[in-house]
Amino acid sequence: MNDTLANTEKKTAYILTLPAVLLVFSIILFPIFANIWISFKEVELKDIRIPEPRAKKIVKSISDEPTKIKILYKFRNSSLIQEIRDVSFQDNFPKNFEIENLDPRCSYKKYSLKCEFGNWPAKYRENFQVIFATNDGSKIDKKNLKSIKPKLDGKSDNILLNTNFTLKNFKKVLFENEFIDLLLTTFYYTFFGTVGSIVFGILTAQMVNQKFYGRTFMRSVLLFPYVAPVVALAYTWELLLDPNSGTLNSLLLNYQIIETPINLLGQKYIEINILGFDFKLRLALTTVIMFEIWRYFPLAFLFILARLQAIPKELYEAADVDGASPFQKFFNITLPQITAVISILFMIRFIWNFNKFEDVFLLTGGASGTRTLPINVYQQGFAISDIGMGSAVSIVIVVLLLIFMFFYFKLLGKRVDEN
Amino acid sequence: MRTKNTILFSLISTFFLIFLISIWKILATLQGLNINSFNIEVIFIFGLLISLAHLGIGDRIKSFYKSIIFSSIFVFCDGYLIQKLPVWYNLGVFLIIYFFTNKISKYSFIGLKEEHSSQVILFDFLTLFGILFFSFVILFPFYMMLVTSFKTQIALLVNPLDFSINFGQDIKDLFKSYFVIFKSYKFGKYIVTSTIVSVGTVIVTLLFAIPAAYAVARLNFFGKTFLSTSILIIYMFPAIVLVIPLYTIFSQLGLRNSIEGLLIVYTATTLPVAIYMLQGYFKSIPKELEEAAILDKLSWFGIITKIIIPLSIPAISSVALYVFMIAWNEFLFSLMFLDNPNSFTLSRAIQYLSGDAETPRQYLMAGSVVVTLPVLFIFVYFEKYLVSGLTAGSVKG
Repeated sequence: MNDTLANTEKKTAYILTLPAVLLVFSIILFPIFANIWISFKEVELKDIRIPEPRAKKIVKSISDEPTKIKILYKFRNSSLIQEIRDVSFQDNFPKNFEIENLDPRCSYKKYSLKCEFGNWPAKYRENFQVIFATNDGSKIDKKNLKSIKPKLDGKSDNILLNTNFTLKNFKKVLFENEFIDLLLTTFYYTFFGTVGSIVFGILTAQMVNQKFYGRTFMRSVLLFPYVAPVVALAYTWELLLDPNSGTLNSLLLNYQIIETPINLLGQKYIEINILGFDFKLRLALTTVIMFEIWRYFPLAFLFILARLQAIPKELYEAADVDGASPFQKFFNITLPQITAVISILFMIRFIWNFNKFEDVFLLTGGASGTRTLPINVYQQGFAISDIGMGSAVSIVIVVLLLIFMFFYFKLLGKRVDEN
Repeated sequence: MRTKNTILFSLISTFFLIFLISIWKILATLQGLNINSFNIEVIFIFGLLISLAHLGIGDRIKSFYKSIIFSSIFVFCDGYLIQKLPVWYNLGVFLIIYFFTNKISKYSFIGLKEEHSSQVILFDFLTLFGILFFSFVILFPFYMMLVTSFKTQIALLVNPLDFSINFGQDIKDLFKSYFVIFKSYKFGKYIVTSTIVSVGTVIVTLLFAIPAAYAVARLNFFGKTFLSTSILIIYMFPAIVLVIPLYTIFSQLGLRNSIEGLLIVYTATTLPVAIYMLQGYFKSIPKELEEAAILDKLSWFGIITKIIIPLSIPAISSVALYVFMIAWNEFLFSLMFLDNPNSFTLSRAIQYLSGDAETPRQYLMAGSVVVTLPVLFIFVYFEKYLVSGLTAGSVKG
């Protein structure tokens, strides 16, 4: 009895979870493996389309002979690079049609013309013509004839399914494409974006955790950048920072803080003089990181605020009795209580910033020294149309992430052991 | 100790005042006022004088009258002696000084003697400063988005700092950008597409997630722990890695440029977090209710529809809102999968609009307002539900 109950429970569970599991597997897990497969192939965007045999049907009447008609089919192979094998053709005709010139490749039975054309090489074109006559001498309805569409079929290799593999993509990614520069840019973007958003998150959470008028409103406002659509925010920033008529530059010019406009999103380096030393700052990258921090610190804020509100009040009361200053309270009570949240946040944000595509793409498109790895996936795959290269770059991303996660958990595991 | 604290107090409060006045000046400049300098030196001296005078006078005058007097003097000196500016500007300055003197009214000579008072002052003012600073930094771009959509290209070229809106003009002229994007750029259609995709994603996700979450929360089966841990790991997988394979597969299946294609991808990417959030809530529902239902011979379908769903409306709505927001804001997949303007979503349409360098910026901003408003509205209205969704689903980029 119990056994059958457990069995039905199992069955029910599988029925309930199956749809979700299947969908997630086919859309998320399968593509990851497909990515590995594609990354070892030489595939371009144009190879993805499966080659098809195509026909254009042209109906022409023959002068002086109203009972006869000429039909011209313009055949072609849609692909410029691949052949189609065993092309077969079929077209149907009205019940009073007799064929006049039968091609040896074809047969005409039951008012249906069937042909076997064999193999069509790439770029293949052929004009195929047949003449029909009605057997009862009636007039021919050209419109009706045109509305019948011919059927074509053929076999072709799917370039994605054959087993020709190459290491070319990975060689190109790792050795030719300024890989170190790419890696450094991605690292700067990820690291400073993550740290910045966490620092601002701590500041704002500490702020909102105090009582003041309009606190709930403030909490909503702080989350605005995180919930609003990235497209709208990125373009607003772009307009604000525009060198020609952007608000920020106009304001700075107006108050005579700068003399010439700064192209914050279009300039790779800016020379900065601090204490007599000249620094070269990656300007566009810094701006993009600022945007990143601005957009994602609300998340850190939300996490840290939730943690702050869970800290027992007695801790602070005891500290007050001991005569601790506000800063002592912050460094000795608050900070230790939120380190766990911060380390989780750091990992989550690091992974997501590492993969962030939209923000940089919308702000700079990867120009002026802001090309990160995800941007490179897009540029290789869709701008240069080399799908194989794009896949190889995304495999590099996955591998780097796995390495990061491995070390992160190893370090974290050690820390937990020590405690 | 007292002298040091007095100096610190007056300096910090003065810097706070400078910050307040500067923000007000920036906002006034953006209304087209011709202000070319922050006059920091003047405000610095005034600020010092006000805070010292405040300490000096102490309780001898009621703080309300004190604030009024200080504000009036400041406005008179700043407004009518130094800068000749409209009344509304000076009224703003008056209110700022009034606010400022109210804020410093809780400090007195006696208070400054207390232990740690310098740190307390610093903490208090940093908090105040932070609130204003972050409000300004966050709201400013949204404000600019809104006001730019009401301006015209020519007006902005003449004076790039004049964002004042002329409410006297005809409604049709005021909302011209909005009329244009709806008429010439088919934004009505894009709104419909975005709504269908987002609402569709919510419905399909819930249909798939509720049974799965129920199974994970309640039933015992082989592979359960594997399933529940892999849910979160899968969720961490970056979308950019999925793009190329999905693009090739969708191209070959003819799913590109279709709403169905987007629906499938959005559902798959939001399902893990939806299951994760729901199963957590389902676990908190008392088991006794279901046991009674099993005695009544209710099937699992009956249990889910008659007991679980009615009891978890808050969790389901927070998942629904969260998924809606993700789908509405999504950009990467819509960029990859849609290249036919007839099947664009709002985000993709705005990006397409910006690709044409000739597009006037007010149209772009009007489009941005159109795509942002529904989300912000939903967020503010259902904040309680959404915040719990955000916290649970916060691994999403």
